[in-house]
Amino acid sequence: MSLPGASAMTSPGSLAAPGAAPDRGVDPVLEIRGLCVDYGFGDDAAHAVADCDLTLGRGRVLGLAGESGSGKSTLAMAAIRLLRSPGVITGGEVLFHPRPASDGEPATTLDLLAAGEQELRAIRWSEIAIVLQSALNALNPVSTIGAQFDELLATHRPGLGRASRRDRAGDLLELVGMTPDRLRSYPHEMSGGMRQRAMIAMALALDPQVMILDEPTTALDVVTQREILEELMGLRDRLGFAALFITHDLSLLVEFADDIAVMYAGRLMERAPAASLFRSPRLPYTYGLLHCFPPMHGERHRMDGIPGSPPDLRDLPPGCAFHPRCQWAIPRCRQDVPKLEPLTGSHREVACWLHRDNATAPPELMRPDPAVAQPRTAAVSDTSAERAV
Amino acid sequence: MTTLAVVPKGAIETPVLEGRDLTKSFRVKRGSGLLARRSRLHAVDQVSVQLMAGAVSAVVGESGSGKTTVARLLARIVKPDTGEVLLDGHVVAGARSRRFAAQVQMVFQDPFSSLNPVHRVRHHLARPLQIHHTADGDVDEAVMQLLHRVALDPPARFADKFPHELSGGQRQRVAIARALAVRPRVLLADEPVSMLDVSIRLGVLNLLADLRDRERLAILYVTHDIASARYMADTIVVMYAGQLVEAAPSVGLTDSPAHPYTQLLLSAAPDPERLERPALAARGAPPSLLAPPPGCRFHPRCPHVMEICKRMAPPTVTVAPDHTAACWLHVDSGERVLDGAGMGPATSPSPQREAEVQRPP
Ligand SMILES: Nc1ncnc2c1ncn2[C@@H]1O[C@H](COP(=O)(O)OP(=O)(O)OP(=O)(O)O)[C@@H](O)[C@H]1O
Ligand SMILES: Nc1ncnc2c1ncn2[C@@H]1O[C@H](COP(=O)(O)OP(=O)(O)OP(=O)(O)O)[C@@H](O)[C@H]1O
Ligand code: SF4
Ligand code: SF4
Ligand SMILES: [Mg+2]
Ligand SMILES: [Mg+2]
Repeated sequence: MSLPGASAMTSPGSLAAPGAAPDRGVDPVLEIRGLCVDYGFGDDAAHAVADCDLTLGRGRVLGLAGESGSGKSTLAMAAIRLLRSPGVITGGEVLFHPRPASDGEPATTLDLLAAGEQELRAIRWSEIAIVLQSALNALNPVSTIGAQFDELLATHRPGLGRASRRDRAGDLLELVGMTPDRLRSYPHEMSGGMRQRAMIAMALALDPQVMILDEPTTALDVVTQREILEELMGLRDRLGFAALFITHDLSLLVEFADDIAVMYAGRLMERAPAASLFRSPRLPYTYGLLHCFPPMHGERHRMDGIPGSPPDLRDLPPGCAFHPRCQWAIPRCRQDVPKLEPLTGSHREVACWLHRDNATAPPELMRPDPAVAQPRTAAVSDTSAERAV
Repeated sequence: MTTLAVVPKGAIETPVLEGRDLTKSFRVKRGSGLLARRSRLHAVDQVSVQLMAGAVSAVVGESGSGKTTVARLLARIVKPDTGEVLLDGHVVAGARSRRFAAQVQMVFQDPFSSLNPVHRVRHHLARPLQIHHTADGDVDEAVMQLLHRVALDPPARFADKFPHELSGGQRQRVAIARALAVRPRVLLADEPVSMLDVSIRLGVLNLLADLRDRERLAILYVTHDIASARYMADTIVVMYAGQLVEAAPSVGLTDSPAHPYTQLLLSAAPDPERLERPALAARGAPPSLLAPPPGCRFHPRCPHVMEICKRMAPPTVTVAPDHTAACWLHVDSGERVLDGAGMGPATSPSPQREAEVQRPP
């Protein structure tokens, strides 16, 4: 993943964003605000998620990238209240905005962190569905795929008769590229890719508004991975759900997500439209991460990755947790934690002292933003503009 | 990694380690109780690879394509059914001997389980030095040198650590140092970075590339990540369903893939540089190795499949200098017709690839 050399340096802050809707214009379906999650209590606690703000727009795909242990799964599971002990949510709110009812009556917003079990049960699966890395753990090994669909639909769609449930299950399998005869199969009789497809079909069964995809294809081969992701994106376009797509593979997100958020040591550090993040990263960590994926084309040249290794959450460096590995750290980085804040005049946010006050960012972190300068491709910018309004 | 040019393979240079026509099947049990049946799983079929001094050869392919089995065959951890392993041009007979082990070392995927948690780094490195008598004089001094060679500096600080006190990348460096302790000339690295964090993978790959350049090690790099193979390997071989389908210098292979399966792999690999998502060159999944399809094993998925592909295994043909592919598309159409018309296997361009060779191990 080589980055194009940028000869013309423009200050990101000074550029206006003609034509593109401001962030406020995005119709949010899930808003995470100030979320904090610890593992354990007291001095021993690891702050796995620290003060995270993240907004998922209706019908959008938001990629969440970061290395192993950076807190991606913890953030997602806490947001939908599926966190297991010893994880504890210590602060924040997660607002779910259901789509307006068919008569145009605006639906009421629900704070998932304050909601009761009853309210949560009504929302999980039917409004917010989850696909995890290992479908084998999520599927019941002793019943057929058909029986599992039947149970799900019988619980949530009591109006449907047995035959309609079977038809619906068959349709759902076809939606993800499987044949309805697979309803008779047990999970162990299917390949990993097929199980993952069946999981996605089940997640789609109740027409949810939000899909949480936690490494949905990480265990699969590249060919199957691309097949499944293409299907998912096609379904998103048809059905209009929003997705929080978690993976450590940033290069994959650049291709499949509308926006990308980068997490490091429990904090969200940068958020931007996918093309902007790829072409013009503002955060040193994002810049480094992008240079960890060797390109598939062009001259080969030595790449160095990022020096050092990710920190221990129980023993975080003071200030910006990335500073021991950051080639551009300034004195302030060792003392104060930078907060995720909008960059003036753009649709992006970054938590880095280099973009604050009078600091000067290096040219590498000042490349012109394609979302501001020119659209990525006609097709892509069309659909994203459409979704933004 | 200063010289990325492919090492010129003069016809005179002998590979340090070579596998010739390696074939391996495993007996597996299917079903249970009275219905249990024993079948043969054809994991590796007629695979030949050459490892040259000062060069990295990558083996890429999907899960189950036989990459690990090829590495284990070359390491002589498993015995081939047919085919042979040659060290410096001489056939190696018998089980994995200490002499062979001193020349050919393996590095495994999991840096967490490959080091014993109760021993310090020093112990892990001193033991092979003592067993193989490879320390010139002072063992402790040799341990420090090993740590320095894998860029664990300052060595004294790392020698007294336990594995759990190291990061994943540091542990993998210790595993590499341990392999280097016996002064091997060949390293067989099976997915050495796939369990590591993205940000530290390149560090370990660069270390392997440096060992190739500085110490002229011959390295086999097994991976499912074709981009990393392109990055650091001199040559790449692509495996599909137990067979070698294409081999070439790595840039040539990734820039102009000749085999439809390689084209599929490349179209599926993440590539943020492309402006539009590519159409996948084919769909579906690899076949069962219990009953591989006849003819070309890729034919059920191949967008270019022809009649002959379903009946006869394609020969391996040269498509460019040092670039070979096993595919009927690259066989002159005249010959294709001739063979397809039933001239029989005897005149096939590739008699050695014809029927499955099955001999008891
Ligand atoms: N049950 C647990 N008990 C204690 N600590 C935990 C637990 N689960 C996770 N953690 C810690 O919380 C941090 C965040 O973990 P999380 O699983 O959210 O990371 P992630 O970004 O999803 O990583 P991966 O890419 O490996 O899935 C890690 O440092 C991990 O060690
Ligand atoms: N000891 C064994 N007994 C039975 N089958 C085996 C054995 N070792 C490997 N196999 C089978 O041989 C085939 C090739 O396996 P191998 O581990 O070489 O593939 P691979 O390319 O390394 O895959 P991966 O990318 O998943 O590591 C697989 O179908 C595997 O299940
Ligand atoms: S805040 Fe400082 S240490 Fe952190 S990423 Fe920015 S420059 Fe680097
Ligand atoms: S031999 Fe035939 S089926 Fe096999 S890859 Fe070539 S064209 Fe496709
Ligand atoms: Mg996770
Ligand atoms: Mg393997």
